[in-house]
Amino acid sequence: MSTRYERYRPTSYHHKMSIFWWVKRKPYMLFIIRELTSIFVAAYAIILIVKLNALKQGAEVWEALLVSLSGPFSVTVHIVVFIFVLFHSITWFKLAPTAMVVKIGKKKIPGSIIIAVNFMMWILLSGGIVWILLQ
Amino acid sequence: METTINLQVLRYIPEKDPDPFYQEYEVPLREEWVILDALNYIKDQIDGTLSYRWSCRMGVCGSCGMMVNEKPILTCETFLEKYMPGPIRIAPLNYFGVIRDLVVETDGFMEKVKRVKPWIIRDKEKAPLEGEYLQTPEELSEYKQYSMCINCMLCYSACPVVGLEPQFIGPAAIALAQRYNYDNRDEGQNQRNDVLLTDDGIFECTLVGECSEVCPKKVDPAGAIQRYKVQGATEWWTSVLLPFGKK
Amino acid sequence: MQKKRSNDPFWWTLFGAGGTISAFFIPVHVLLFGIAMPLGWISVPDYETLLQLAQHPVTRLYIFALVSLSLFHWAHRFRYTLYDGLMLKHLEHYIFIFCYGSALAGTVITGVLIWTI
Repeated sequence: MSTRYERYRPTSYHHKMSIFWWVKRKPYMLFIIRELTSIFVAAYAIILIVKLNALKQGAEVWEALLVSLSGPFSVTVHIVVFIFVLFHSITWFKLAPTAMVVKIGKKKIPGSIIIAVNFMMWILLSGGIVWILLQ
Repeated sequence: METTINLQVLRYIPEKDPDPFYQEYEVPLREEWVILDALNYIKDQIDGTLSYRWSCRMGVCGSCGMMVNEKPILTCETFLEKYMPGPIRIAPLNYFGVIRDLVVETDGFMEKVKRVKPWIIRDKEKAPLEGEYLQTPEELSEYKQYSMCINCMLCYSACPVVGLEPQFIGPAAIALAQRYNYDNRDEGQNQRNDVLLTDDGIFECTLVGECSEVCPKKVDPAGAIQRYKVQGATEWWTSVLLPFGKK
Repeated sequence: MQKKRSNDPFWWTLFGAGGTISAFFIPVHVLLFGIAMPLGWISVPDYETLLQLAQHPVTRLYIFALVSLSLFHWAHRFRYTLYDGLMLKHLEHYIFIFCYGSALAGTVITGVLIWTI
């Protein structure tokens, strides 16, 4: 700051930011929820590790794990995880065009098409996983 | 009797009171009035001590940005009627030091804008006789959107990261850096990377996305930052994988 | 004076890759294994089939990438959530080590499991 102007400037007021800044407005709330989906993504990664371990230990351990994972508690947990990872996927694909600029020749592809392609790939890949597992 | 609307305006008068306070005003509600008209009405008819910045009244100069009901907007292009039946809460832009009432310090912002070197940088300037730097409409369209910024600072007030990390260089400055990076006459990206690929730069951004939502000129700073992150990541991997390649 | 360039591009690349792979694949996994199979909507593949599937090189690579990148996705995002949402920037070194350290540990464990399954 230039000192020339100092005498016309009494102390300026600095507002302190509240730790609950993200509660105040809906977009901030949605942002924090979007960021917190990462916890559920990580939670499922850990569940996958546990499953891999059981699979490696042998049929008995695997069956035991399956039983404990079919209880109402486990299903409820998975439903919660599902809702959050779904939110993650949707927000992730919707933001894809902000980082990606795709061109065909000299023409820029509009963001809505990039989003649509992402959603279509999502459906196709999910279908692929279902198909492999139901074989 | 004329319908009126209640305005709650944040006042900060440092020589009288060290803390800001809300003052209420009743202002006629006219169909064609924007918030700035209401403030001018207060200044002319009710209370001449109210301080705020404005100039062009047509969304070009970028000086009348304020927080209206917690959202940063240009007061010259937002109608009073939108906030029926009121009250309307008006405060100075978030995250800037307040000098008086609705007037904020712009020095920090100006310094950040300057730091990204927003001008055309050439390795070697052409001599005037060699002619001008020509540009096709396609080349212009690469960066035109980012050149529409009017420095109204609304994006800074919409960005929680700016509030949390005061040294973060911020949306408008990064969009402006991209305006020159995408200009085919410019050769200064590496110099801008030295500023923007540091800890105060683009990777502080967590893509809240509100900067683009509030931008009155559709500059889309959030997109500019995301594209910069991709460039920054490419830069990083090239410098690691090709250490002998070009810097 | 020139400031040092940040290494965040590296973490951000992992974050982006993890965000993409998890967005594409985790919902269907959770739906099939966590909800549909326990509730009996579809039959559970038997142990032998699953083991064989898991031993296929493509599956190994897929599971490894899915788990590891998802963890790094979490690490990066959660690190910034702690900085911004809970204003814990002053603990940044501990947060950094906790987040990426956990992701790295998870990656090593997954690597060993995938290798030896």
